[in-house]
Amino acid sequence: MELLAVFAPLFAFIIAGLFGKHIGALGCQIVTCTSVVIAALASITLFFDVIMTENMVDGSYVTVLGSWLSSGDFNVSWALRIDQLSVVMMCVVNIVSACVHIYSVGYMSHDKSKGRFMAYLSLFTFAMLMLVTSDNLLQLFFGWEGVGVASYLLIGFWNHKHSANAAAQKAFIVNRVGDFGLALGIMAIFVVFGSIEFSEIFDNPAQYADITMAFLGFELHALTVICLLLFMGAVGKSAQLGLHTWLPDAMEGPTPVSALIHAATMVTAGVFLVARFSPIFEYAPLALMVVAVLGATTAFVAATIALTQFDIKRVIAYSTMSQLGYMFFALGVSAYGAAIFHLMTHAFFKALLFLGAGSVIHAMSNEQDMRNMGGLWKKIPITYVLMLIGSLALVGIWPFAGYFSKDIVLEAAWADNTWFGHYAYWMGIAAAFMTAFYSWRLIIMTFHGKSRASEKILSHVHESPSIMILPLVVLAIGSIFAGSVFYGGFVGSAYDKHASASSYSNIMPAAGGGASSETHGANAWSKEYFWHDSIKVLPANDTVEAAHYVPFWVKKMPLVVGILGILLAYFVYMFRAGISTNIARIFKPLYVLFFNKWFFDPLYNVIFVRPAIAWGHAFSKSDKSIVDGIGADGVAAFSVRASKALSRFQSGYLYQYALVMMISLIAIISWFVFKADPSFYSVQHTFVAREALP
Amino acid sequence: MNIPLLSIMIFLPLICAVMIALVRGEKGDEAVIEKNVKNLALFCSLFVFAFGVFLYQNFDPSISGFQFVEKYQWFGVLPISYHLGVDGISIFFVLLSVFLTPICILASWNSIKTRIKEYMIMFLVLESFMIGTFVALDSIMFYVFFEGVLIPMFLIIGIWGGSRRVYASYKFFLYTLTGSVLMLLALLFLYVEVGTTDITVLMANPIAADMQKWVWLAFFASFAIKMPMWPVHTWLRTAHVEAPTAGSVILAGVLLKMGGYGFLRFSLPMLPDASMYFAPLVMWLSVGAIIYASLIALVQEDMKKLIAYSSVAHMGFVTLGIFSFTTQGIEGAIFQMLSHGIISAAMFLCVGVVYDRLHTREISRYGGIVRNMPIFATMFMIFMLGSVGLPGTSGFVGEFLTLLGAFQVNTVIAALATTGVILGAAYMLVLYRRIFFGPSDNKDAAEMRDLNMLEKGLFIPLAFLVIYLGIFPNVVMDTFSPAVAEITSIYEGIK
Repeated sequence: MELLAVFAPLFAFIIAGLFGKHIGALGCQIVTCTSVVIAALASITLFFDVIMTENMVDGSYVTVLGSWLSSGDFNVSWALRIDQLSVVMMCVVNIVSACVHIYSVGYMSHDKSKGRFMAYLSLFTFAMLMLVTSDNLLQLFFGWEGVGVASYLLIGFWNHKHSANAAAQKAFIVNRVGDFGLALGIMAIFVVFGSIEFSEIFDNPAQYADITMAFLGFELHALTVICLLLFMGAVGKSAQLGLHTWLPDAMEGPTPVSALIHAATMVTAGVFLVARFSPIFEYAPLALMVVAVLGATTAFVAATIALTQFDIKRVIAYSTMSQLGYMFFALGVSAYGAAIFHLMTHAFFKALLFLGAGSVIHAMSNEQDMRNMGGLWKKIPITYVLMLIGSLALVGIWPFAGYFSKDIVLEAAWADNTWFGHYAYWMGIAAAFMTAFYSWRLIIMTFHGKSRASEKILSHVHESPSIMILPLVVLAIGSIFAGSVFYGGFVGSAYDKHASASSYSNIMPAAGGGASSETHGANAWSKEYFWHDSIKVLPANDTVEAAHYVPFWVKKMPLVVGILGILLAYFVYMFRAGISTNIARIFKPLYVLFFNKWFFDPLYNVIFVRPAIAWGHAFSKSDKSIVDGIGADGVAAFSVRASKALSRFQSGYLYQYALVMMISLIAIISWFVFKADPSFYSVQHTFVAREALP
Repeated sequence: MNIPLLSIMIFLPLICAVMIALVRGEKGDEAVIEKNVKNLALFCSLFVFAFGVFLYQNFDPSISGFQFVEKYQWFGVLPISYHLGVDGISIFFVLLSVFLTPICILASWNSIKTRIKEYMIMFLVLESFMIGTFVALDSIMFYVFFEGVLIPMFLIIGIWGGSRRVYASYKFFLYTLTGSVLMLLALLFLYVEVGTTDITVLMANPIAADMQKWVWLAFFASFAIKMPMWPVHTWLRTAHVEAPTAGSVILAGVLLKMGGYGFLRFSLPMLPDASMYFAPLVMWLSVGAIIYASLIALVQEDMKKLIAYSSVAHMGFVTLGIFSFTTQGIEGAIFQMLSHGIISAAMFLCVGVVYDRLHTREISRYGGIVRNMPIFATMFMIFMLGSVGLPGTSGFVGEFLTLLGAFQVNTVIAALATTGVILGAAYMLVLYRRIFFGPSDNKDAAEMRDLNMLEKGLFIPLAFLVIYLGIFPNVVMDTFSPAVAEITSIYEGIK
C-alpha cells in the first residue's frame, strides 16, 4: 500500500514526462490525476492501518526498498518509514495534491503545455512523499532537494516571463542556503551518532545529551549544533525570517502551484523536519528557544507585511509565512503535535484560499491586483462562499478548523511558561489580530464594494467550471471539519475528562467509518495513542498537555482578537472607505516599512548578491592578470627577456666566456663543499601526522 | 584468462590509427576516404569499448589488488618492465576513457571539416595513451603514457581549435610538461631509493619519512597542474575555450582525472607521511579553488569558460576528499571524478550542440531556446542538476561523500567547501536561465533545430548514467571499496 501511495505519482511523472507527446495533454491529465487520486486513497487507507488500529496499538513499520549508498560505515538505504507522523503528512500531501491536480485541469485549460505542467506536479508530489516517508537523513535530503527542483520548475513554468525565471532561480538558490545548513547537519549527525538512519539516531538520544563536538573551531554542545543546523534547512524551506524572501516571489508560478507547493505542502517540510527530530530537539533547549523566537517573530513580521500588499496572491503568501511562524513557535515550545495539527488544518484552508484566489484570477482574466477588483461576490458566488470559509478557518472562528489548531498552538506557547513562550503567545495574538484584519481586507477589496475593474474584464467574469469548484469543495469540507474531528487525536489529553478532547471524540466513529471503535473510553482518542513514538516529548516539556489547563482568558483571546480584526476591517474598508489611506499617512514610517517588506530584498542584494558578483569579476580579472601574470604568461615573458639578456652574453668575446666559466666553477665547487658538510644532512624532519591537521 | 586484454585495449587503437593513416584513394574520392576513416575510427573505438565492458564483467570486485596482470621483462638491460593491471580504482577510469572516445568521435562526425584523417588518428592515439596511463603498473611506463597524452591533445587543440588555439595549446603543453618533468625526477629518485620502477613494489615499500617530502612535492606539482588545482588552473580555461568540442570532452572527461588518479596511485600509498604533512595545505587549496572558481564562473560570459571554471571547483571537491584520508572522502573523490567525467563531458557536448548551430559561445546570444529545443533543454537540465549535485544524480554522491570526509577532519574546511554547493547552484542556474529561458530575443537562436538522432544518441546514455549512478551508486562503489580500504588502512596505521 505504501508503495502505491508513494510511487504512483512517480509513475505518473514518468509517463507524462516521457510520453507526454504520444498520449497528448488529455492523456497526461488522466494519467496524473488518476495516479494521484489512487495515491491519496492509498494514504487514507494507510492512515487507518497505522493510526486507527485495533486497541490503538502502534501500527508503524519500515519498508526497505534497497541499498542506496554504502561507503565504509556510512550506509544508507532507500526505505519507506510508515509511522504516524509520516502517514499524517502523506494524507495531507496526497489529498491536497489530488485536489490541485484536478483543479489544474480546469485552470490550465488555456495553456499550451498542460502535459508538462501535470508531469511537474506529479514529480513534486513524489519528491514530497519521499521526503516525509524517509527513514534516514539522506533520503530526506533527496526529497528535500527534489521538491526544491520541482518548485523551481513550476515557479518558472511560464519561462518566457523574466520575473518568473528570476523568482524560480531565487527560490532555488535561497533554499540552497538553507540546504547548506541541513547538509552540514547531516554530516554532524553522522559524526556524532555514527549513522544517519532514524532508528539509530532516535534510539537513545539521551546518552548523547551531554557530549560536545568541535565545530568551526569551538567546542560546542553537539545536539544543539545539530539541531540549529537542521533548523537552518527548515528556515530556508519553510520561509522563516531571514531566508523567506523567495516565497512571495514564488507567486510568479501558476496559482495551483502556489496552493500545493507554497502553501500546503513543501513549505511545511521544515515543520515536519523539526517534528521528526523531536527526540533530538528535546535535548537541545537552546535550539528550541531559537526556533520559538524566530517562529514568533516571523508570524508577526509576515502579518505586518500582509496588511499592506495589494497583490491578492502575495497577501496569501505572507499569510502562509505568518502561519508557518505559528507552527514553528509551537515546535519551539515542544508542542510538536500542535504544530502538525496546525500544519494539517492550514494545508486545507490555505490551499482553499489559494485555489479560490486562483478562481478569482481566472475569472478576472489574470488580474491579481486587488485594487482592480471589488464587487465580485454576485458574479462568482460559489468562489465567494468558499473563500469566506477559507478565511474564517484562517482567522480561527469557531467551529472552523483554524480555531482548534491556532488555539492549541497559542495555549501551548503560554503553557510553556518561559519568556519565549510568552513572547510567542503575544506575538501570536498580535498576528492573529492582523490575520483577521488582512483576511477581511482581502475579502472586502475583492468581493465587496464597487467594482474597479475595466468593463472589458468585467464582461468576461464568470464562475469557474465544476472541475475547478469540486476540489475546492473537498478542501472546504476539510477546512470546516478537520479541526474539530482530529482535535482529540492530534492534541487531545488522555487524562483530562473535561477537556474538549472527549467531547469531540464522539464524532470519530462517524468520520472514521467505524474503523476505530471507541470501546476504550473517550480518552483512547488522544495524542498519546495517536502519535505513539513518532513524536517524543520529555514529560517536563509536554506543553500540549499543559495547554489544556491554561487560564480562560488565554484560551479565548485568539477568538476575541480575531473577531475584533474582522470588525475593524469592515469598519476601515466598508463603512469608512478611504480611511485606509489616512491611516497609512498617519503611520507613514511603519507603512513604508511594511509595504517594502521590511527591506529584506534590497538589503540582501547589497550584502550578498552584489559582493558575490563583484568578487567574481575581481577574481576573473586577477585570474588573467595576476595568476597568469606570475604563472604561465609571466614565465613566458620572463624567459623571453632572459633569453634576450642571455643572448647578449653570446658576444663572441673570449674574456667574457672565461669570466662566466670561472664564476660557474666557483659556484659548483662551493656547492660541493657545503654539501660535504655533515650538518647538511642532520636536519631531521619530524612528521606530525594527524595532529598537523587543524 | 590468458588473453592479454589490457594490451589489446592499448594497442588496438594504435593499430587502427596506423590503418587509418594508410587509407588512400584516388583524387576526387575525398568524400569516400573521409567516410571510411570515420567508420574505421568509430568501429575501432566501439570495439575497444566492448573490450572494456568485457573487462569489467570479468573483473572480480571482491578481491583487492590488481587483476588481468601482464608482466614481461623489457630488453633485460633496462630496469623497466612491461607491467599492466587494473584494480578497482583504475578499471573505472579505463571504462570512462573507452566510453567517452566513441562519443567524441561521433560528436566530431559532422563538426570537423578539415584533416579528418589526422583528427581521427589523434583521437585513437589519445585513447591508447589514456588506457595506458590507467593500467600501467611500471612507473616509467606510466610516465611515458602520462606524457604521451599531451602530444595528441596538444595537436588537437593546436590544429582544430579556435582562434587563439596556438597560445592555448602551448600554454597547455608547457604547464603540464613543467609538472611532468618534476614527476620524472621523483620517479627516478624512487627508482634509486627502492631499486625498482614497479608500482606494486613501490606501493608496498614506502621510503623513509624524511625523504618523502620532496618527492611528494614533485609529484604534487605534476598532479596539481593536471587536476587542475588553484593557482595552476589557468591553462584549463584557455585550453577548453580553444579546443574543439570533442577535445574539451576528453580533456574534462578523462585528462583531468589523471591528476586525481596520480594522487591515489602514487602520493597516497607511496608517500603516506608526506601526504599527511601536506594534507592541510591541499585541503585549504581545494577550498580556495571551490570558492574562487565558483565566483568566477558566476560572471562568465562564455559558456565554455563557465564550465571550465566549474570543473576547477568540482575538482576541488576531489582533492578535498582524497586528502581527508577517510573512506568516505576517498570513495567520494573517486566517485566525483567519474561523475564529473560524465557530466562535464555532457556539458561540453551541450555547448557543442549550440555552437554547431550558431557558432558562438557567448551566453547572451542565446535565450528562450527551451521553446524551439525542448529535448535539448531537458537533457541539459539533467546534466545541470547533476552538476549542482542534486540528490538522485551522480553529482550528489561524490560531492556529499567528499564533504562528509572533510567534515570528519575539519569542520571549518567542510563548512567553507559546502558554500560551493550554494555557489554551484547559482552559476549553473544563471547559465541555464540565460540560455534556455526568457523571451526569444535572438531570432537566429529561436530558429535553431532541436537535437537530431545522432545527438540524441549521444546524450541519452550520458543522461541515463547520471541518474542511474545517482540512484544506485553502490554498483560502482562496491567495486572500488576494497582498493580504497587498502589506502585508508595505511593511514589508520599512522594515526
